Order: sequence, then structure tokens, then C-alpha cells
Amino acid sequence: MNYSERLQNVSVLGAAGKMGSGILLLTALEMADLSLKPENKGKKFVLNAIDLSYDHLMGLLDYVRTQTLKAAEKKTVQLRALYADRADLIENGEIIEEYVLHVLRLIRPATDMKATYESHLIFEAVNENKALKVKLFTEIDANNPHTPWFLTNTSSVPIHEIDEEAKLGGRILGFHFYNPPAIQKLVEMIPAKGTLPEVTEFSAAYAKNLRKIVVQSNDFAGFIGNGHFMRDALHGIQKVEELAKTYGFVQAVVMVNKVAQDYLVRPMGIFQLIDYVGIDVMQFIMKVMNPYNPSENLHASLLDALMDLGVKGGQNNDGSQKDGFFQYEKGRIKSVYNLDTKSYEAIDTLQAAADAALGQLPATAIAWKNAIKDSSKDAKLAAFFQSLKSMNELGAKLAIEYGKKSLAIGEKLVADGVAFNAQDVNTVMMTGFFHAYGPVNEFFN
Amino acid sequence: MKLRRKIYLAAGYNTISLGTGRKEFNPKKDRPGLEHYMKEAGQGTLQQIGGAEHVDESSVGNFMASRFNKQAHLGAMMPMVDAGLMYKPAYRSEGACASGGLALLAGIRSVLGESAEVVLALGVEVQNTVKAIYGADVLAGAGWYQKRKAGHAYFFPGQFSDRAGAYAQKVGEEKSRLALATWFKNAIDNARLCDTAQEYHNAHPDPLALGLSKPNGKVFTDHLNVFDCSKVSDGASAIAILSEEGLKRCGIDKKDAIEVVGLANTVADLTQDPADLTRLDNIETAIREALKSAGITKEQLATVEVHDCFTIAGVLTTEAFGFAEPGKGADFVIEGNTSRTGKIPMNTTGGLIGWGHPTGATGVHQAVTIWEQLTGRAGAAQITIHPDRPYGMTINMGGDDKTIVAIVYKRAE
Repeated sequence: MNYSERLQNVSVLGAAGKMGSGILLLTALEMADLSLKPENKGKKFVLNAIDLSYDHLMGLLDYVRTQTLKAAEKKTVQLRALYADRADLIENGEIIEEYVLHVLRLIRPATDMKATYESHLIFEAVNENKALKVKLFTEIDANNPHTPWFLTNTSSVPIHEIDEEAKLGGRILGFHFYNPPAIQKLVEMIPAKGTLPEVTEFSAAYAKNLRKIVVQSNDFAGFIGNGHFMRDALHGIQKVEELAKTYGFVQAVVMVNKVAQDYLVRPMGIFQLIDYVGIDVMQFIMKVMNPYNPSENLHASLLDALMDLGVKGGQNNDGSQKDGFFQYEKGRIKSVYNLDTKSYEAIDTLQAAADAALGQLPATAIAWKNAIKDSSKDAKLAAFFQSLKSMNELGAKLAIEYGKKSLAIGEKLVADGVAFNAQDVNTVMMTGFFHAYGPVNEFFN
Repeated sequence: MKLRRKIYLAAGYNTISLGTGRKEFNPKKDRPGLEHYMKEAGQGTLQQIGGAEHVDESSVGNFMASRFNKQAHLGAMMPMVDAGLMYKPAYRSEGACASGGLALLAGIRSVLGESAEVVLALGVEVQNTVKAIYGADVLAGAGWYQKRKAGHAYFFPGQFSDRAGAYAQKVGEEKSRLALATWFKNAIDNARLCDTAQEYHNAHPDPLALGLSKPNGKVFTDHLNVFDCSKVSDGASAIAILSEEGLKRCGIDKKDAIEVVGLANTVADLTQDPADLTRLDNIETAIREALKSAGITKEQLATVEVHDCFTIAGVLTTEAFGFAEPGKGADFVIEGNTSRTGKIPMNTTGGLIGWGHPTGATGVHQAVTIWEQLTGRAGAAQITIHPDRPYGMTINMGGDDKTIVAIVYKRAE
């Protein structure tokens, strides 16, 4: 079975979720483009969008339609060539409309797993729950006569364990998109030790056609992305707990968040990022990773406490941010959760107090949004971090400490064999997390 | 065309050319529509001629409001510009991107025919209502519809890319690219001097380098990059066409007017491909006819507004003029002859590339620019007009060298 045949019947599990919908979209576009090739004329392509309820699936087709329209508008030059033999399609508008319909016609929304029994490829994007993944894969494999291949979007569960428990005989590979899959360029590809080479080969071709940047990670819980992010977040949480003794919890959150964003030149502060990912998801991933790292304690009581209080973060279906460490208004932080009073406090006065405690940023400071488009970024970052090193202000000290911690985490990932090299760690953090520079660097030594 | 009466133009007005590049432009927010532009430009001219009661007739130039704005019948929108135009004649002319030129011509004919002493000519186009990829469909209406299927997604960039490709073969890839980039640079330099220009806010440190970007046929066209193309623009321009009596009626001094001393309007068969991709035969004919009608030579021209919808059209027009031999237009442009300090300054406020190209308005905008230059009103963009070379000229093109309106002017005496 060649690449194109493999993609003739595909199922996406968890297709209505934030990761699943993106995976469904990208797969639909790839299948549509394949189906429009002259050699595939007349062949049937089917993409099953499986989720728990039709309520969840209702918005999915609207999302696919909107995004496909944008994609089609960008590649109209190629689409005109693909539809060259359709005399009835003359204007760009007509061709784009036909393409959008073509993509939508591939998709079969379903709540019944039976649809997956005809698929040659299963994409899984359900919860980070190994037992659930194993149960679904076992059921499909028992009923599907085509010995399908399984790509799992897990960001933390070791692939070989799923392989062994679901008895897939190596027909599985970790294919971890970053959120949102339609926009983020990075894919972590994780072959398990038993993964069949042809599965890896197919996945590499698929990633290339999706124009993704692929970093191969070893099959170790958390892989590279979460391997860094969870430990980096735990450092931030630990600093909050220390600073809280002097400055109180809410101000400490604002201080550490600012250090991570403005001092470490990142797109957002660490607690805003935790909110974005979801406190529940963070807690879950740490739970998955912790048993595999006996020398560390990948666990945060603070996250447990917030979860117990119903403070979960994450996003609503429309992409807006739910309340977490912070409350947001039009994407900006409006207020901060106070664990003691169990209520949100306006950030304005807290920010002023936090800024005063951290001290002034040096004149060499560079904002993330400027750094990422600056061709002499490395020199400017070096100058900025050099000034921080020479300063006595609390903010500068916290930043250098944080930068060193991030470096140590990156080096450990390489030393533990999770990442093949430091460059892979840096690529993951720069493309998957939009950092302006990789954690393994010379800035903080 | 013979001019049996003296025809004057005065009281020009340009709105800004709105689109990407202007700080006011936000594609995600609502923008002014046709009505806004027609009112601003129309009223801008009416204020300078003592009001609508002095106007006998309105002549509107517009290409595709019927698709961009789902609005045809623009002549009947003139009383919205000013109630004083109610129950007076008004109409719309269409000749693709030469619609503005045709509107001027229609007004000139009315004055020549003595059915009007004062005509308000107004060109308008509001194109940012659709994304560029759909706008390309609308603008493709300037070509023969039977050719649309085989054409490029960006139809007209595709047509002129073919011309640029043929020209590169003729003069060499490197020289051709440098000429196109130089044309772009001149356009930006000039637009930065004109506060209504779409590229007025352009602050790029090295426009020539941008212009030298290698075209990428996978996402755009094979031989033109995006800098070679005029942008999508919203805008309107207006100017009054007057007889001697009209000048008196409006209280306009001759020194504040320009005189139409020659003109030509030529069309070529829309269903036929160009015989030679490296020549603009129809423009060449119109230039020759217009200069002959004015009784002057090209050496007497102080400045020219040429129809550089694409940089290659600008370069080829220097050859159509005879300023350069066939195949030597690239050198002519590279040597700086068309820059604002060159032998024959072209498009002194940026032209279609730099000022903008609200398609149906462009012909009128060109006339306003020549009026400003010849009467000393061009502000920061003003060039020196030598007394021995007092003439200005506009060349307005519809489609790929299909409808041309060429007009020769001098300052009125």
C-alpha cells in the first residue's frame, strides 16, 4: 500500500477537540490534494471525524470550511492547475468554492466507532489517558480487517507501552502536533522501539507534505517539548512559592510571570502559558511523566490546589481563554487569582508593586516581538543578558537563575537520551513554544 | 481629434489612495465606500469652482463598481455628491482602467459640442471590498473572457509577467530586473513626496532591493514580483473641464488652469493577443496621434504620467514613446532618465505603483497630477517646468494595451 492508498480511508479520533480539529483539517487538505491528482481520479477518499457527540462535531465542519477557504485563497495558483480540465470552473472564486466543497465532501462526522473499521490509518487525539487510548486501539484493531496504522498525538505517554498493551505489533508512532496544529510548524515524531520502519517512513512523508518542521524524539514520557516545559513550569511555581513568603502569593505570580516573559524574552509569561495549555492538562501530563523520572518529583501541589478550587485554565471551544492563574479580557491579563481569598484581584496595582520589587529592566532589554524579527537577534540578546548578569536587582537575578535552569533542563534531555542533540531541544522550544532562542545556549553561563 | 474650441482643466482634487501601505488601512475594519470617495473628490472640486450651480454636466469614470461594490448606475449618484447636480446630465464611462480617461474625454466632447461649458469629471474605484485573489477575477474583466480559463490566478499580473518574461529574453534577465526595480524605486521616491499617495508612508530603507526580489511563480507569477504590481486601491479624483466661458463663470484665472492641446483615443482588438509581447503598439499609436494632434514633439514635454499598472508597462512605454529604441528602455530607466530629476520625469507623485491605482479613477488622477505640476501646485513633489518644454501628457491604459486615452496639456495663457 503506497502513501496515497494509505490516505484513502482515515479516521481521526477526538476530531472535535482543539488538537483533533486541526489534525482533521490538515489531513483533509492533504487527502483532497491527493484525490485531485490525475492518477487518483475516480478513487474514493474518506475521512471519518469521530467524536463523542454530534454536539461536539457540529462546529467542526464550520471550522474546516473557514480554514479551507483561507488555505485555498493562498494556493489558488496551484488549484487553477489542478482544476484545469474543469471547463465550468473559470474564475478563482468558482475554483476556490469547488475546492472547499471537495474538502468538506471527504469528511464523514460520526459518533460510532464502526466508521473506523474500514480505515487504513487512525489518527488519535483523545485525552492524555493511556488506558483510553489502549482501549480504543484494541477495539479498532480487533474489528478492522486492514491491519491499520495508528498515529497518536500524545504529548507524554510512552508509545511503546501503548504498542505493547494494545498489541499493535509496531503499527504505531507518536506524531505530536503543537497547538494549534493548523498554524504551529512543529511536529515531534516519536517512533517506539518496535515501530515498523514503513510507519516511520510514511509519517515523515506526511509531515513533509504538511510542510511541518519535524524533530524526532526518543520514546520517553513527555518527549522533548513537555520534557522541557513541565520542568520549566515547575521552576516558575517553585519561585512563586519562595517569593510568596515575602511578597504574598498574587504578587509573586505576577513577578515570576513577568520575569519569564520580559526578562527571558518569551512570547508570554510562564503562568499565562500554563493557563493557555490548561492547569488540568499540566497536572495530567506531570502525572504521566512522574513515574518515569524517579530521581525527580514532577508534581506541583499548587496545581492540585487550584484544580480542587475549580481553577482550570484551558480554552473554550471558540478559542477564548478560560480563567486560570489569570483572568483575561480580549487576550490581555485583567486580574490574578488569589489562592488565599479565592478570588481574582485586578492586576494594575499588583503589576506596579511587582515591577518595583523586580527593579528596572536595563536599556539593552529587547521585547520578544522585536527579537524574533531582528536579524541581529543573537547579539542583542547577548548584550541584554550580559547586562542582567551585572545587575543586583531581584528581577535580573531571578532571570539569570531561570535561564540557567532552562539550560540545565535542556542539557538533561540530551544527557538522558530523550533528545538526540541540543539542536533538537532548541528547535522544539523555538518552533513549538515560539521562544526567541533555544534553552541550550551560552547566554547564561 | 481636432479641438474646435479651447478646453481647460482646473480645480483638481485627489482623495488618498487607500489600501495596504497606508497607516489608515485596516483590512479587518470597515472602510469608507463609494459614496464617501465620490463625495470627497466631487465636493473638493466643486468648492474650487464656486459650487454645483456652475456645473452643466457630470462625467463619471468607473470600471467595476458593479462587481466590487455591487453598484452600477454611478451617474445617478452625482446628486448625492451635491444636490445642485439634481436634474442635470450625468453618465458613467467604462473602458477598464482607462475609464477615468474616457470620462475626461466624454466631458471634453460635451464642451467641444457646446452642450456644456463646465463638466465635473470624477473617477472612482473602491476595490478593497474583496481579497486580492477575488479582485483578480473582477479585474480580469478588462481582458477577453474567453481567455480567463487559461489565464493566471492573478490574471493581469500573469499577462504582464509574460511581457516581462519576453522582455527579459530580449535584453537579458539581469538588466530587465534592474530596470523594473529602478522603476519601483522611482515610484516610491516620488510617492513619499505626495501625502495622498498609497506609498506615502513607505519607509523601507532600500526599495531598490525590494524591487530586485526574485519572482516566484509557485505563489505568484514567473517574471513579476509583488513590487512590480500596482496595489489594490480605493480612491477618487475629480477635476473640472471648462470652456473659456466656463472659466469666467467659475471665476478661475487662466494661470490656475491647464489647456488641453491634443488628444487621442485608440482601441485594439480585445480578442487578439499582442503581436509582440515586448511592444505596446496601441500606446505607441495613441502617443503618436496625441502629439500630432497637439502639434508638438516628445522633446517638448516637461513631464508625463504613464500607466504603470506594472513596472514592465512603465519601461515599455519609454520605448513606445521613442525616448528609447526598442530593447533600450531598460537602460533608459536604469540610467535615471525617468526619475524626478531625469531627462523626462515620469509619474512625479508615484504613478500607479506608488500613488496607487483605484482603477476607474486613475485617468482622472493622472490629469490632476499634470494640472498640479504645470500650475505649480505639486507641493513637495513639484518639479521644475522649463519654459522651453512646457507640456505635460497623460497616458491612460485599459486592459493589456487595449483602450488608450492620451492627452497633451500645457499651462493656460
